[in-house]
Amino acid sequence: MKEKNNNSGMTLIVKTITRLTVGIIMLYGLYITFHGHLTPGGGFAGGVILALSFIHLILVFGKDFVIKKFSEKIACVFESIGAVLFLTIAVSGFLAGYFFINIYGKGIPFNLFSAGIILPCNLSIMLIVGFGLFCAFLTLLLFISSKE
Amino acid sequence: MNNIIPLFVILPLAGAFLNSLLGRFSKLFSDILSNIVCILTTFFSFVILFNLNLSPNNILTYRVGGWVAPIGIMLVVDHLSVLMLLTVNLVALCCCIYSISYMEKYTDKWKYYALFMLMLAGMNGVIITGDIFNMYVFLEIAAIASYALVAFGCESEELEASFKYLVLGSVASAIILLSIALIYSYVSSLNLADISLTLSNMVDVNKVYFIKFISLLLIVGFGVKSALVPFHSWLPDAHQSAPAPISAMSSGVLIKTLGIYAMVRILFNIFGVGQKILSIIVILGLLSMFVGVILALYQWDYKRLLAYHSISQFGYIILGIGLATPLGILGGLFHLMNHSVFKSLLFLTSGATEYTLGTRDLRKMGELNKKMPLTTFSALIGSMSISGVPPFNGFWSKLIIIVACIQAKQYFAGFIATIVSFLTLSSFTKVLKYGFYGKSEVDHKNIKEVPGAMVVPMIILSLCCIFMGLLLLPHIRQYFLDNVVNVLQQGTIYATKVFELR
Amino acid sequence: MNQYLPYILCLILFLIGLYAVLVKKNLIKIIIGLGIIDYSLNLFLVLVGYKKQSIFPILSKDTQIQPMVDPLPQALVLTAIVIGLAVTMLMVAIAIRLYEKYGTFDITQIRKLKG
Repeated sequence: MKEKNNNSGMTLIVKTITRLTVGIIMLYGLYITFHGHLTPGGGFAGGVILALSFIHLILVFGKDFVIKKFSEKIACVFESIGAVLFLTIAVSGFLAGYFFINIYGKGIPFNLFSAGIILPCNLSIMLIVGFGLFCAFLTLLLFISSKE
Repeated sequence: MNNIIPLFVILPLAGAFLNSLLGRFSKLFSDILSNIVCILTTFFSFVILFNLNLSPNNILTYRVGGWVAPIGIMLVVDHLSVLMLLTVNLVALCCCIYSISYMEKYTDKWKYYALFMLMLAGMNGVIITGDIFNMYVFLEIAAIASYALVAFGCESEELEASFKYLVLGSVASAIILLSIALIYSYVSSLNLADISLTLSNMVDVNKVYFIKFISLLLIVGFGVKSALVPFHSWLPDAHQSAPAPISAMSSGVLIKTLGIYAMVRILFNIFGVGQKILSIIVILGLLSMFVGVILALYQWDYKRLLAYHSISQFGYIILGIGLATPLGILGGLFHLMNHSVFKSLLFLTSGATEYTLGTRDLRKMGELNKKMPLTTFSALIGSMSISGVPPFNGFWSKLIIIVACIQAKQYFAGFIATIVSFLTLSSFTKVLKYGFYGKSEVDHKNIKEVPGAMVVPMIILSLCCIFMGLLLLPHIRQYFLDNVVNVLQQGTIYATKVFELR
Repeated sequence: MNQYLPYILCLILFLIGLYAVLVKKNLIKIIIGLGIIDYSLNLFLVLVGYKKQSIFPILSKDTQIQPMVDPLPQALVLTAIVIGLAVTMLMVAIAIRLYEKYGTFDITQIRKLKG
């Protein structure tokens, strides 16, 4: 018989609504990041909303359920990948001229894939901020629960 | 040759990010990567020194991203920056080699190396940048990395010291941000050379009051970061409890870069100081000298004593720079270089004694000269340098500062400087007697010399102490130190030189 | 006088934050005070770029060119907010560990380093 984990986290109504909406919150964060060169927002704001969607999952379902799927080591690795990606983009400009120069193709203005270097930079900043916040939250949570 | 300027920031950042990604898998990887980065940055700072004399106007510039000056960020290296770059990278190399053995007693060495590389990147960034908000961002990077490093061992004393340091450092950064906002609202530009040119061309009745107000705010903000006397209360706790290579880096180069270099660059080269601001700086220097050495006289904890002496020697540097005569500025900046070298050496020896004996109390150490000869030799050289015994480097710089005081007719300042020098000598005689040469109350069995990776940086720094007085020979001085004094003496001509090369 | 009102609000917020840092004895209240100081400075920095009768500085396909507010301080504020976030995270982590070591949040009890 499958054991239903109904005792940890919040009530059933909150869990059902969360299953429907947490994907939309994550998508909203990605939207703000990808359109960073057209509308206000960019990497920082999108990263914070992405981290909030993960923290939302922990608050509703309890930390044991989330840590099984997504431990803090994986979050730390993603964050470091974002940082290395950012530095690679900057150094690729350095090798071709000046540090941070905008050498990618600049398409038609106001399109999604235009303005050269800004889109990959926003993406890597979203990885750093989002997973960094989540990793810090998980570390503090594990520290407190290991002391009780 | 301009293209190697951004490497001072790129290399340590790459070291930090690669350490955080791959460092957890192999300890040897993080050791080797960090040391290679430090060796490369030291090598490049020597290369820039030799190239700077060959370039026009003695300035090298670099446009980040190819954007022209007031729109984009510019990196500017002149002789004052080269002095700081040499000092920072040499001391960082010695502390990085030292940490290979010292940090074996702590867990998670890769996290330590990642934070160390971030701190180095922040300090190098402050030195080479030519844009005021960029300076603030790099200042914050270095400061946040040092807050985390002071609390690295997670004992109760370290956490308490780190919290105190955090609160005071955050208020200081807030004051610096406020002055940047006010500068932007008045001049509407963020580039250092552009601010200077706009301010000198502006005709406004309130300009003098504005410059004085901003200078006072900046002196308070950078004064907290560099532990001048009314704002020094975080320094003894933070340097007592941090791990020894972090105390050496922080007291040797971090406070100088974040506090004194930034303050001197903005006040001398951008605003142009008046007589009242200079007298405030001289008074702060005298106060720091005296209060620092008096409080150090009855300390029995080795690292706390060294931290109070740091405050006192900072008074010498600020006094020399505040006199604004060529001899005074030469003495102040030369003492800045010397102090980095001998204070780091003394903190590294304190770490060596803590590694073998497990205690920092001077009354419990003793008779170390037979069992740990190399450590005692280094401590002897460091103590003689800081007290001003000829022919070590401390003697020359203190002599120049005292002669400059008398030349500028500030007899009271010269008198206080001489008395403080005597008190420093007596304090370090106490350290050598109780700590290294005298009889010990506790019997030490089974202690031997520290591992090789901890001895090599101490020997390197001792050799620097012995031979750095040679930088004052007239032939070599013309090459290096005279140009540094010219940068501060000529003041706002910095801006016209940078604008020619943009 | 009405045109100076937002700047006076920034000054009052700064003083409230400074009062919290100097006078309060609980660690968490000191952290909140530092947060209030950060908010007041970011608000001041955004207000510096204001111009009369201008609109927000975003250009899309169908807007005409009009006088716009200065966008540079808004970029500076974005960086300053992230720096404030990093410092707050570090402070909270240290405060949690301090509670575990000393058993209290009161700063008058956390005084092992003296002299």
